[in-house]
Amino acid sequence: MHRILELLENNSNLTPEDIAVMIDKTPDEVRAAISQYEKEGVIVGKKTIINWQKADKDLVTAFIEIKCTPQYGRGFDQIAERFYQYEQVKSVYLMSGAYDLALIVEGNSLTEVASFVSGKLAPMDTVISTCTHFVLKKYKDNGVMLETPPKDERQVMAF
Amino acid sequence: MKFSPKDQINSVVANLPPSGIRKLFDIASGMDGVISLGIGEPDFITPWHIRNAGIMSLEKGRTQYTSNAGLVELKQEVANYMKRRFGLSYEPNNQVLITVGGSEAIDLAIRAFVEPGDEVLIPIPCFVCYDPITRLAGGVPVLLETKAEDNFKLTPELLKKNITDKTKALILPFPNNPTGAIMDKEDLEKIAEVLRDTNIMIISDEIYAELTYTDKRHVSIAEIDGMYDRTVVINGFSKAYAMTGWRLGFACGHPDVIGPMIKIHQYAIMCAPTTSQYAAIEALRFGDKDIEDMKTEYNYRRKLIVNGFNKMGLDCFEPMGAFYCFPSIKRTGLSSEEFCEKLLLEEKIALVPGVAFGKSGEGHLRVSYAYSVEHIKKALEGVERFISKYI
Repeated sequence: MHRILELLENNSNLTPEDIAVMIDKTPDEVRAAISQYEKEGVIVGKKTIINWQKADKDLVTAFIEIKCTPQYGRGFDQIAERFYQYEQVKSVYLMSGAYDLALIVEGNSLTEVASFVSGKLAPMDTVISTCTHFVLKKYKDNGVMLETPPKDERQVMAF
Repeated sequence: MKFSPKDQINSVVANLPPSGIRKLFDIASGMDGVISLGIGEPDFITPWHIRNAGIMSLEKGRTQYTSNAGLVELKQEVANYMKRRFGLSYEPNNQVLITVGGSEAIDLAIRAFVEPGDEVLIPIPCFVCYDPITRLAGGVPVLLETKAEDNFKLTPELLKKNITDKTKALILPFPNNPTGAIMDKEDLEKIAEVLRDTNIMIISDEIYAELTYTDKRHVSIAEIDGMYDRTVVINGFSKAYAMTGWRLGFACGHPDVIGPMIKIHQYAIMCAPTTSQYAAIEALRFGDKDIEDMKTEYNYRRKLIVNGFNKMGLDCFEPMGAFYCFPSIKRTGLSSEEFCEKLLLEEKIALVPGVAFGKSGEGHLRVSYAYSVEHIKKALEGVERFISKYI
């Protein structure tokens, strides 16, 4: 039944009726599967992808690499939790390689993000170092091309 | 005497009918906000790794002609593909020809076979090129009207009835544009049975071979016992890999047929575009997943659109191939051209009248589902609004 998830991941506007037709199930079966996914935390939410660069709102995004000391018995989980509870932190990933955690942080200005990093994140006692990269321009986000969204350039009618 | 260039035009060309969708096309082109389900090409763009292979070939300066029949590497990949997908063995050196789209291959095959007066059997409704190309070669198109009650398959009875001493070739355009009909192995066996004791050649246009929605894969008539030597299999990259604009196709067949086709090709075309040939090598080597992904998406839309038409009362048999459905509009009492013109003017929705693909397409619409789900749903709503006035 991963087909339901794949369909919804690409287009959350699909109704259970549409999906039912597309995968040869009844709308009730699809509704039941979706609520089961929600109950199990497989489906965790729905959002709209917005290109803020085109909206009249300045939004600063930063990608932050964090090196930190894992805790005995808990690894990085508790540290990660301390990070992701901040509203400004949009994503937290545990990474392989040169650093441990990657954070995506959003704010209204460079200063706001910078002071959040230096005031809240860096001082945490397990943090060894941070490295902040500010996003200059978003070309593609969540699998969607922002700058040159594909346009249908086909003829209006052809054999 | 007054000189008139018009009088100098070959009479066959002069008498070819104009495009069956010219009028609708002109109306639609002059309108804003038209929602079209009227295009016979994928909405996907060519997968990036394939486009990139084309770009890389340009960066390396591969801008010269290739050999007439195509790059050795590409012909080898085509042979591998035909073996892998259909179990058909072709020798890359003399049984594979790379052409400018499937269209050129169709033209070459017809010209290679047909002499003035020869009859070519063409099942209709079908893509619009076979009839005029046959005429241009001096041949006589014999139209075989497939029927909705047969799911628009070619039946052995229909075929048999139309064979004469002059029959030279049979066009086999399946999976079919515009109906979405396919011929499965059992259907092809029956056709083969009729052809076995004749000298009739088969031009099998399998451009939609990768787009079938049954459990079984597309079967080529060349796979059927005794048909290999008499069949030219035509396929290409446009539909399977969303490469329409690259203009690249191929033909496979007996060396004694491909050889003469190469002769015409070398004089008329020289060779297929080099950049496209390099991109196609990449497509055949690494593009199987692209095909599967696009097919999965088409299949979702296919179900949605067929369900939509049936629900609104326009009977639509289940098309098992290509990316078209062919709903019947007989209940509305309108001809397919009237229907499409009114629908365009009243709801700004562009569909192609079935009759544009041959007489037996009358009473139907060709609807492409090479569009996003949102687009399809919007168009279906408009069609439903429109037909509520008629049924």
